[in-house]
Formats: sequence, structure tokens, C-alpha cells
Amino acid sequence: MDLDLAQFHDSFFEESFEALDGMEAALLGLDVGAPDPERVNGIFRVAHSIKGGAGMFGFKDVASFTHTLETLLDELRSGRMAVTREISDKLLLSVDVMRAMLTSVQRKEPVDMQKVADLQFDLEMIVAQGAGAAPAAAAPPAPAAPAVAAAPTSAPASAGAAATSASVPSAGTSGAGPSRWVIDFKALPELLLRGNDPIAIFASLSELGKLTVNANLDAVPRLRSIDAERCYLTWHLELESDCPREQVDAAFEWAAVDCELAVNRVEAGGSQVAAPTANTAAPVANAASGTPVATPAPAVVGGAPAQTSAAATTGATGAGAAAAAGGSAQTSATAAAGAPVAGAAATGGASAQNSATAPGDATAASAPATTSAPATTSAPATTSASATTSAPATTSAPATAGAAAQPATPAPAGGAAPKAVEAKEPAKGGEHSSIRVSIEKIDELINTVGELVITQAMLSELGRKLDGSVAEQFRSGLNQLERNMRELQESVMRVRMLPISFTFSRFPRMVRDLAQRLNKQIELKMTGEQTELDKTVLEKIGDPLVHLVRNSIDHGIESPEARVKAGKSPTGIVHLDACHRGGHIAVEIRDDGNGLDKNRILAKARSRGLVGPNDVLTDDQVHELIFMPGFSTAEKTTDVSGRGVGMDVVRRNVKELGGKIEISSELGKGSRFIITLPLTLAIVDGQSVSVGSETYIVPLTSIIESLQLQPQSVNRLSGRGEVFSFRGDYLPIVRLHELFGIEPRATALHEGLIVVAEGDGRRIGLFVDELLGQQQVVIKSMEANYGPVDGVAGATILGDGSVALILDLSGLIRVATRTARAA
Amino acid sequence: MTGNSQQVLTFVLGSETYGVDILRVQEIRGWSSVTKIPHAPPHVLGVLNLRGSIVPIVDMRMQFNLERAEYTAVTVIIVLSVQSRNGKRDFGVVVDGVSDVVNVDDAQVKPAPDLGSREATEHIRGLMPVADRMVVLLDIDKLIAGQLPNTSDSIAEVA
Repeated sequence: MDLDLAQFHDSFFEESFEALDGMEAALLGLDVGAPDPERVNGIFRVAHSIKGGAGMFGFKDVASFTHTLETLLDELRSGRMAVTREISDKLLLSVDVMRAMLTSVQRKEPVDMQKVADLQFDLEMIVAQGAGAAPAAAAPPAPAAPAVAAAPTSAPASAGAAATSASVPSAGTSGAGPSRWVIDFKALPELLLRGNDPIAIFASLSELGKLTVNANLDAVPRLRSIDAERCYLTWHLELESDCPREQVDAAFEWAAVDCELAVNRVEAGGSQVAAPTANTAAPVANAASGTPVATPAPAVVGGAPAQTSAAATTGATGAGAAAAAGGSAQTSATAAAGAPVAGAAATGGASAQNSATAPGDATAASAPATTSAPATTSAPATTSASATTSAPATTSAPATAGAAAQPATPAPAGGAAPKAVEAKEPAKGGEHSSIRVSIEKIDELINTVGELVITQAMLSELGRKLDGSVAEQFRSGLNQLERNMRELQESVMRVRMLPISFTFSRFPRMVRDLAQRLNKQIELKMTGEQTELDKTVLEKIGDPLVHLVRNSIDHGIESPEARVKAGKSPTGIVHLDACHRGGHIAVEIRDDGNGLDKNRILAKARSRGLVGPNDVLTDDQVHELIFMPGFSTAEKTTDVSGRGVGMDVVRRNVKELGGKIEISSELGKGSRFIITLPLTLAIVDGQSVSVGSETYIVPLTSIIESLQLQPQSVNRLSGRGEVFSFRGDYLPIVRLHELFGIEPRATALHEGLIVVAEGDGRRIGLFVDELLGQQQVVIKSMEANYGPVDGVAGATILGDGSVALILDLSGLIRVATRTARAA
Repeated sequence: MTGNSQQVLTFVLGSETYGVDILRVQEIRGWSSVTKIPHAPPHVLGVLNLRGSIVPIVDMRMQFNLERAEYTAVTVIIVLSVQSRNGKRDFGVVVDGVSDVVNVDDAQVKPAPDLGSREATEHIRGLMPVADRMVVLLDIDKLIAGQLPNTSDSIAEVA
């Protein structure tokens, strides 16, 4: 049966993006050094489920990347590696990369694999450094493998592994040929059962050219769950050869069905993959030969502490040191594993495992490691191993001793911690349960309810006209219906409402990144995240908010030094707040930075000729200047902001949503930007006006005042346009009936009414026949079946079922100006 | 019904009979007064509320340069759905009256003769005989393409 998986793609993407948002938030909240195990678990699960989904749908690139990520996260989750700043940065990057990959896949565009590969490599490095220092983690993996063939350094130490060391010498070395084959060879677990031998494959490959083999041990489970006959390895092979593809494929001929194979040609100079992950095919070879599974035990165990300490050093002393540590550790481990006598080592190791996994121990181990020489880092790792062999590998005696003491009694703390990690299934979202519904379905519902409201209005109208004995009963029934309808409409509208936290959630990451880039210390406070508003508004308010927050960080908050000098705490605060205010939502962005420098703004405006040299401006007028297109007072343009595009866009976006933006600022104390928005775009508070037989809705937010003009207060300008005086300004009169070509009831100005309205910062007097009443109307799109109409924002359905157009004042003023100019 | 026949709703405009694919017909309703759209082309009479959505109404007589008729209680609006560049759209056409639903064999549909201008026949899918009359089968997608405005058109008109 062909199952069309494509139908599930959308929900996979949607869920993945959501999960990534969650992962990002969790990462931001992750304390370096003392991570909350529940958080780490949550993060792990995200990577895991994306990997699962991607695998199922055949998005190989995504699956492969998430697999690497998952490996690293698993190390963190199990406490084998500590969370460092570097790692959390990389993990955040991974979120970006995954998002980009998923977006590309979703749009069926090619994925930018270079970026992915780079990061994947970095992640592998991190895991490798952790695992390298602790061969432990690496060694057991090999199904039965005594030998972990390690990085070159290990060669002398590991006698058993010699044959399998990292690079298989090629028979006919073709020199540094211009091209290489990069082969990702992922064996299915059954590979070995089917009698395939990777070693043989590698051997035949090495006849083609110089072959470098890297084994990836990530998938290797804990010792107790290892099945000796299954293959847990994947290999990354690099073959320097000019041989044709067929020859490469031929080597895998027999294994082809039991593995996933990716063969790519890389031209010389392409990204070189280093070999820190190095563990060759050796383990498999040995596995095939049936070495007891028990042997690797010690290694696993010792691994944990080593890993943690290694990770710590990486951050502190640099990669080189860590690599060195890794190398030596591996050596010793290999030796240990290779030793035929497993008994003693195994017991020691087993108990060490308990203590090792304890986060407490891990940090303890890492602390000395960082302070002392890099060589010591590997000490804990070798503990178990050193019992059997490899004294030379490690230089630090004390560490060995310490570890030796450990094995006997598992540290209680250590035992408890990991258990807690696994036991608690973080209940994300608490008791909330929800279902996923498409927006169309909800809109359909809203439409139907809107229809019901109209029908109900019609019935009420009818009910009023009824006489007779049952009329009273009928009317009371109608009243009941009306109440229920109103409730129903409200609840349906509420379905589209989402908490603003959906928009706020992107800020912690942004603030963190920006602060890092600008070398500023910034604390982001968010309040009122649960304030709800319509999904459409929510989506459109994101960009303006981002802009304002970015401005606050870039221009508002000073550098730590400047802040201290000004007597403030070095850490600046950016505060995002949302709350309901009447039928609106107010979003406030407040910072305690330097505030707007009025003199500088004014000087800049004067130098650009926006303001006359002697004009005196009020604070509000000065603030208004920053909304001018192209206006910027930043001395230098950064990639963050300062190009002067922005504030005008912010204001335009806010206005398009029917909102407004206010500024208040005090020099040296900080500034506040307050955005007021309607809760929903689906409903508008309107004033109905009539012109001739038509009814129009003027949004209340556009109306300043309505008045009746006396004939003598109207002036004609150059025989054409009419103006009237309003609060000291002369406003043009726009006759709606002329503009829209309707037969009016009143043509003389004093017979009708003037609605003073505003759009795009300009005011006009709109001449209409009469005002009808104020009401909330549901906005319907004109564009769905017709098209955009200048001066009309949409339409609505009135109580009697007829359609009324909702005016768009900005558009109307544009049309009026154009008409006047053309006339 | 076989694959190569279809049902066609026929309607009358003046002395002519037209037909549209019945699967495109959403609704047939009586005339009610419409809300005018400013700056709309003359044959777009306005918009109506069709179960919650705003539907433009087109006068077919004006569209086909026929003599204008008064809208009366028997004037009928056929609501059709078309495929346009911007997806599915509904619109209503005002016609004199709806006649019948007929089964039409594709073989019966003859191409319209060349009348000298492509515009005259562009929206005609073909001609077919029904009883003793000729029915003009309309391609409503083509008919409505270009009828729906965009902003620049309406601006041009205002200017």
C-alpha cells in the first residue's frame, strides 16, 4: 500500500518549527555549568523527534544533522559532558541551522549544505573532544571491541589496535591527488549478521588510493544494552583517488542493502575533515572475531568523568590542549580495552560509572583539570584503564588515585542525579491541553456566527412588529437568543486570540546575541506575556517590536563602562510589557539607557534642513522627527541599526494595524515606546455615515471630530478646493459623494455634516449627509472576490443583511489629493 | 452521464441564450439592491452579501453591450465561481432569467465562427443547438479575467 506521507509534511514542519522555538527558549534558559536536567531533556527530545520525523519523511540532510545534534545532546543529558558556553552557543546555532534547513526543505529549495556541514563538523568535534578524552564513552560502542583504534598518538600504546589504526595504508598511494571521495557509510544494525565485513570493504577501498577512516561511535548504546552481533557504527571515509565512482561503489557491493551510503566527490582544497573522532574499523573486525562483550566495560565507565573534564578544558585552555588530552586518554583506554583480562577493570569501572555520571562529580573533576596542566585532564578517564595498563599515557598520578578510591562505593549523589533525570518527564505546558485547528476552519466558524448574528437581528426586528398572545413569549425567546449569540460571538473571536508571548519569545535570543555582539550587558524583562490579541495582529506586530528592541539595545543602552560612569548598574535593562487598555492592547518597550538626545536630534534635523534654524519645537515634535524616513542620529552605521530606515517603517506598520505609537524619553534615564493596537483586525469600531442611499463606516480611530459648518466659515481656494478653519489649521473639504460618484441628499455644506478625520498624518473634512450611529462591525475582505478599492478598507454586513463599505482614510486622502491635482 | 457530456445551465439575456457549466453555479437568487463600489467599471454594479462573503455583481447586458434593462423582482442573479490568477473567486451575474438545465454532448459544441475580433469570441467556448435555439456556451474564467480590477486601473479612472 502506498501511503502518501506528503500529507503529513505540513504538520511535521509546523510542529518542528514550534519545537525549535521551544528548544531555543530552553537553551536560552540553560545555566552554563549547572543545567537543569529537565531542560536538557526537553531539548534532547526536540532534536530526537525532529530527527525521527525527518527520517520518516526522507529528509536525509535534516535527519543526519539532527542525529549529530542528538548525539551531543545525549552526552549532555547523561551528564557525560558539561554544558559550556561554547556548547550552548553551538546549540543555538544548530537551532538556526535546523530552522533554515526545514524552511528550505519545506519550500523545496536546496539546502545550504556548506553551513550545515560546518556546524555538523563542529558538533562532531565537540562530541569527539568529549568522547576522545573519555575513550570510555567511545570504546564500548564497538560491539565487542577491545580495540579502539585511535588518533595517531595512540598508535604506539595500543598494540592490539595497531592493525586498525586510523589510516589504512594504501597499496598504491596516488599521492595528494586532486580529488577525493568522501563516503558516509552508515551500517544498518544487521550488517554484521549478514556476513559483511567492513574491514574487507575498507581494505578493498584502500587499494584504490589513500584511505582515511573515521568511525562515528555516537549510536553505540550503554554497555548493558549492547548486542554484540549488531553494528552500531557509522563511518566517514575519505579516499584520495581519481578512480571512477563505479570502483567505489563496487567496494560496497555486498553491503549495499545493509547500509546507508553517501558517496560524494570533493575537489582538492575542499573542507578537510580532521580525525579526532578517529576510531577505525578495527572494532568491527574484532567484533566479528567474537571477542567477549564484557571487555569494554571499564572504558565506558571511566569515560564519563573524563569527558566532562575534557569539555571543561576545551573552553579554558583551548582546543589544542583538549585534543592532546583526548589523545592520551584514548591511548590508555585502548590499551585497557585491549587487555585480555577484563575482570578487575570491569568492576572498578562499573562502580566508577555511577560516580562519574553525577553532575557533582563531573564538575569536581573538571575544576582541577582546568587549573592544572592540560595533561591532567585525562586523568579521571584513565582511572579505570590505568588499572590494567597505560600508565605512560597519563601523567597525573593524583587523579588516578582519586578515581581509584571512587570505584568501591558509588557516590550517593551521583546515583541519585541521573535517576532523577530519567524519571521526570517534564510536563511542558502543565495541564494545558490543546488541539491544532487550521485558521480557515476558525474563520469559517466566525463567518457562520456572523451570519447567525445577522439572522438574529432580522428576527428581533420582526419580533418587535408582532402582536398577539404569543408575541411576548416570542420576544423573550429572542432576547435570550440575542444574549447567547453575543456570548457565542465573543467566544469564537477569542479562539483567534493568542497570548503575545508568541511574539515575545523571540526576544531573549535576539537580546542575548545583540548584547554579545555589541559588548553590552543587557537584561531583558518581560511582563504581561499572557495578554491576548488576534493572531493576525500578533504576526504583524513582530517586526516593529524587533526593530524597537534593537534600537533600544543599539542606541539606548550604553556600554557597561559608560553606564558605570553615569552611576548606573553596568547591566542595562530592556523591559517589554503588554497589557489591555480598553478595547486595545498596549505594548511598551522601555529601556534605562541614555534616552533620546533631543539636542542631537534637533541639530541633525537642522543640518538636514528638516527644521528651520530658529524653529522652536516641543518635545513631541522633536520625537516626531525620528519617524522621518532616512533620519538617523547614529554616528556610525552598524549592521544592527543606524541606517535610518526603520522608525518610519515601524510607524507605518503600526498605523496599518490601526494602532499608534508614542514616545517618552528622558535624557540619561531611558526611553519608552508605547504601541497601542486594536485587539483584533476582524472587528472595527466604526461610525456609520450616510451619503445618498449608501452607508459607509468610518473607523472611529480615524475620526477627530464631527461638526456642522456655517456657509461663511468655508473659503474657496483659487476657485477650486474648499477649506475651512479647524483649531487653527485650514483643512480641505472632501465631498465623499463627489469622490465616490454618488447622488447625495445634501450638496450645500451646511445641510450635511463634516467629519474631521485623519489618515497618514493628514487631516481632512469629510462631507457626508448625516451620521447614523456607532457600532462594532466585522471586517470582510473586498479582495477575496473582487479586488482592492482605493479609499476602502473592506466591507461589512449590516444588521439588515446589506453591505456597507468601510472607509480607509489614508487611501481616501490619497485619492482625493490626486483627484484635486488632476482637476 | 458519460465523461464527454456535461450539464449546462442556460439563461436568457435579451433575445440570446447563454450557457454556463452547472458545476460553476453556486446559487441562483433574486435581485436585491447592491452596494456600489467606488471607481468600479460600469458593468460592475456593486457588491452583495452572499452568506457572509462580499460578492461583486456584474451586469451581463452591459458586458455584452446589450441594451440596458430595468432591474425588477424577476431579475435573477446567478452566483458563479471562477478560477482567476488569485485563486477561486465568486461573483454574481445579473441576467434576465434562467431557462433550463440541459445535457450537452461535447461533440455537439461547435467552435464560434471568426467574427473578425478575438475579443468578441474569446470568452465563448462554443456554440451548441438546444431544441431550436442556439446557445452560447461561455468560458466564465476568461469572461471574468480582466474584469476584476487592480489598484492601478481604478486610479487611472479617477485621474
